[in-house]
Amino acid sequence: MMQRQETVMESHMPLTIGVPRETAAGEKRVATVPEVVEKLIKLGFGVAVESGAGDAANISDDAYRAAGAEIVADAARLWSSSDIIFKVRGPSAAEVGLMREGSTLVSFIWPAQNPELLQQLAARKATVLAIDSLPRTLSRAQKMDALTSQAGVAGYRAVIEAANAFGRFFNGQITAAGKVPPAKVFIAGAGVAGLAAIGTAANLGAIVRANDTRAEVADQVASLGGEFVKVDYEEEGSGGGGYAKVMSEGFQKAQRDMYAKQAREVDIIITTALIPGKPAPRLITAEMVRSMKAGSVIVDMAAEQGGNCELTEPGQAVVKHGVTIIGYTDLVSRLARQSSTLYSTNLFRLAEELCKTKDGIIDVNMEDEAIRGLTVIKEGNVTWPPPAPKPSAAPAAAPAAAAKPVVAAKKSGGHGKGSAPASATAVGLLFAAGALIFWFIGAGAPPAFLGHFTVFVLACFVGYMVVWNVTPALHTPLMSVTNAISSIIAIGALVQIAPPLEAGLSRPDDWIRWLAVGAIILATINMFGGFAVTQRMLAMFRK
Amino acid sequence: MSESLATVSYLGATILFILCLGGLSNPETSRRGNLYGIVGMTIAVLATVFGPHVSSTGYAWIIAAMVVGASIGVYAARTVQMTQMPELVALMHSMVGLAAMLVGFANYIDPAASAQMSGVEKTIHEVEIYLGILIGAVTFSGSVIAFGKLSGKISGNPLLLPARHWINLAGLLIVIYFGREFLNAHSISDGMTPLVVMTVIALLFGIHMVMAIGGADMPVVVSMLNSYSGWAAAATGFMLSNDLLIVTGALVGSSGAILSYIMCAAMNRHFISVIAGGFGTTGGTPAAAGGAQPAGEVVPIIASDTAELLRDAKNVIIVPGYGMAVAQAQHTVYEITRLLREKGVNVRFGIHPVAGRMPGHMNVLLAEAKVPYDIVQEMDELNDDFPQTDVAMIIGANDIVNPAAQDDPSSPIAGMPVLEVWKAKTSIVMKRSMASGYAGVDNPLFYKDNNRMLFGDAKKMLDEVLVALKS
Repeated sequence: MMQRQETVMESHMPLTIGVPRETAAGEKRVATVPEVVEKLIKLGFGVAVESGAGDAANISDDAYRAAGAEIVADAARLWSSSDIIFKVRGPSAAEVGLMREGSTLVSFIWPAQNPELLQQLAARKATVLAIDSLPRTLSRAQKMDALTSQAGVAGYRAVIEAANAFGRFFNGQITAAGKVPPAKVFIAGAGVAGLAAIGTAANLGAIVRANDTRAEVADQVASLGGEFVKVDYEEEGSGGGGYAKVMSEGFQKAQRDMYAKQAREVDIIITTALIPGKPAPRLITAEMVRSMKAGSVIVDMAAEQGGNCELTEPGQAVVKHGVTIIGYTDLVSRLARQSSTLYSTNLFRLAEELCKTKDGIIDVNMEDEAIRGLTVIKEGNVTWPPPAPKPSAAPAAAPAAAAKPVVAAKKSGGHGKGSAPASATAVGLLFAAGALIFWFIGAGAPPAFLGHFTVFVLACFVGYMVVWNVTPALHTPLMSVTNAISSIIAIGALVQIAPPLEAGLSRPDDWIRWLAVGAIILATINMFGGFAVTQRMLAMFRK
Repeated sequence: MSESLATVSYLGATILFILCLGGLSNPETSRRGNLYGIVGMTIAVLATVFGPHVSSTGYAWIIAAMVVGASIGVYAARTVQMTQMPELVALMHSMVGLAAMLVGFANYIDPAASAQMSGVEKTIHEVEIYLGILIGAVTFSGSVIAFGKLSGKISGNPLLLPARHWINLAGLLIVIYFGREFLNAHSISDGMTPLVVMTVIALLFGIHMVMAIGGADMPVVVSMLNSYSGWAAAATGFMLSNDLLIVTGALVGSSGAILSYIMCAAMNRHFISVIAGGFGTTGGTPAAAGGAQPAGEVVPIIASDTAELLRDAKNVIIVPGYGMAVAQAQHTVYEITRLLREKGVNVRFGIHPVAGRMPGHMNVLLAEAKVPYDIVQEMDELNDDFPQTDVAMIIGANDIVNPAAQDDPSSPIAGMPVLEVWKAKTSIVMKRSMASGYAGVDNPLFYKDNNRMLFGDAKKMLDEVLVALKS
């Protein structure tokens, strides 16, 4: 606590965000684009960009300068002078060495795969937010979800690469030169990348099929114009946090059969299947590749994790058995401007969350579920992995039902049907109480009263039965009409106004008459008003 | 007309009343149902007037009173605006209550009424008078206050007196005590004092009860008062030994009770807690209970973009709330609906049972605007369709579309069934400002990624949307 107070005290000055040039081979993205620089400055931060950081994404130093960023010539100075570093890829060992002690780093880290990087960063007393560790099921975290934004770009690019390598049109055409059949595309895995690929391929006019172990994505596939292909085997594949899980042996066999069938039929296969922390599942065997038509294309988006296809060579496009197999690992960088823009917007949303006061000072609030998930190192202490995420918001199967008991209660409401029968004890008690009351009344009351009482109780039941059948749309007319008929009370007044008198009885005539006249007026207002307004309302209900 | 003939006429009227309520099960048969009710009422009144209990000296009085009442009633029914229906219904309840009181008093001071009674019979008769006046008085004053609240003459906020439950309990004890005094009274003038004291307390109780209930609980109160007016009629029937009154009162009473039950179920609240008054008294203050305050961005949208979204949609569900009634926007809503339907968009309306200020309020407003009733659906009918819906448009509703009711067990409205508009591809909330709904609960819907806020007066904004749609 004390320590945190101190850091806040020290940093009265707005913090500087540093954006270094990416050093990893083939990486063309940059963590912040000029549009976002402006927004960060509005949040109160200073922004420094390493000279040439945006070159690969076609963003010049001048553009950054125009947006208000300071251009720093060499990496060493940038790293040492920045309080916060925005980066795409995790830093190399050399870059970690340049880092100032106690500074903050935001980038992809993949803490599960890179434990030694985590140790190095912890040694620098850094605070590290791994954008890949965001709790993705949290709806308000979606705007920071860089995995999603980047996967979308990759999915789009995968289709473009496939179209490039494929020797035909995607859409079917009937031209003077003959009929062209549409291309058939099969997409394995309907995650974000898969869905983006489905949408892109469908928009180009291809026939798109897709499969995923999570059955609940079928609707999403259909909504983008794809056809969901089921595996003929019953098993639910949703793991925690919106990811898929490893499936059983029986399921995998059925899945292989389905893939083999698709491989024989389609022209293009795009695979996106990944399981977090595990090598990519082998979906497409050499045998299947052989069965494909010559000139077909496979784009293996999981190449970096070993590939979904047996014959994939990561980073390469190769032709085997007449099939082009594309294993590029830099699909996102091949669309650097677009992916940089999206990624930097994600980082900007994160900066907003960190700096709610808009004064250029960040607060890594570990009580916030999204921030807690992102933070893998807090002031030199490794805080990864975070506590288990809460169960998915929309559990498809029963296991998570206990998590939301409130919803299950009281679904009936509308009509009489559907309410669960009361327990036997409750019914028994009710009957006992009823019997007691009836006995009490029967023991004391005169027969004349009992006659009326019988009528009353039966009428209550008739009313109950009749009213449950009233459609909810007519509840207002129901109220006005019951109101109208409750003016039957006029009869009570009518019989009082001038009853034939028996001899020998005197009554305060005037009093009674005026009370009765008053009651008749009131009841008649109701009678006529109620029926008239009901009639008016009912006349409006039409098809 | 002989006694037996009158009784048979009453039986006929009873059957017609039951058929009248039965007819409301479907809009097709409802108009005939209302006709049955009118015929039944006519038979009942004629049979009474020409029956053995009214001598010809009374005709002039009766005709005069009925002409006055009928003209007022018909005038009110003709001129009332559909948005004012809740007020009108509340006012009419108060009249039944007052009439029941007057009949009760008249009956008590009439020595002929209990001339041949003695012993238990007399006691029962007096209990009936006492109860009849009690229920009538509560109905009367409660309905008047409800009328005031619904028409905005009295603030809609719950008035919470300190120790209000104890006040009610004390009132009940006093009523019971004076009930004893009343039964032990030897002459009519002796009994008058306890009767008047009880009436005053009952009137105060009615006022207090409805004052403690807030605006959004009004559907429950209105249906509860509806029920009371029925029980008041039934109690009068016991008092006068008239089966027609008993049956009709019981029909109306159970109808109102069922409506109250449906309304309570729709809010996932207990009848007792609604009547005991004051939201938040059971669930802690909203600020404390809302542990997980939703955070994030509210994305505004303008009218022309809204029109764009609607035009591109295949399935649209409109969820109206009290705000639509306040802004009188139902006609514009219909125009938009008609335009979209012509373009082949499937437009439906989703009605929550407690939307508005009385049961079925929204249905009546939409019917007035000529929206066909077959596209106006209940929550249960279309709640599963939201995932296939492109645009869900929420007009002046808040709590009934609050996802916290499902997600956040600590929310004051947890467990209340809600329309799952957030499952639609896009939801558009039309609202005047970011103020929270009646329950004082912030609405996480506004912060969802697929939600857009269209700020401004509902009527004005919808007019703009309509113009944009036409162009």
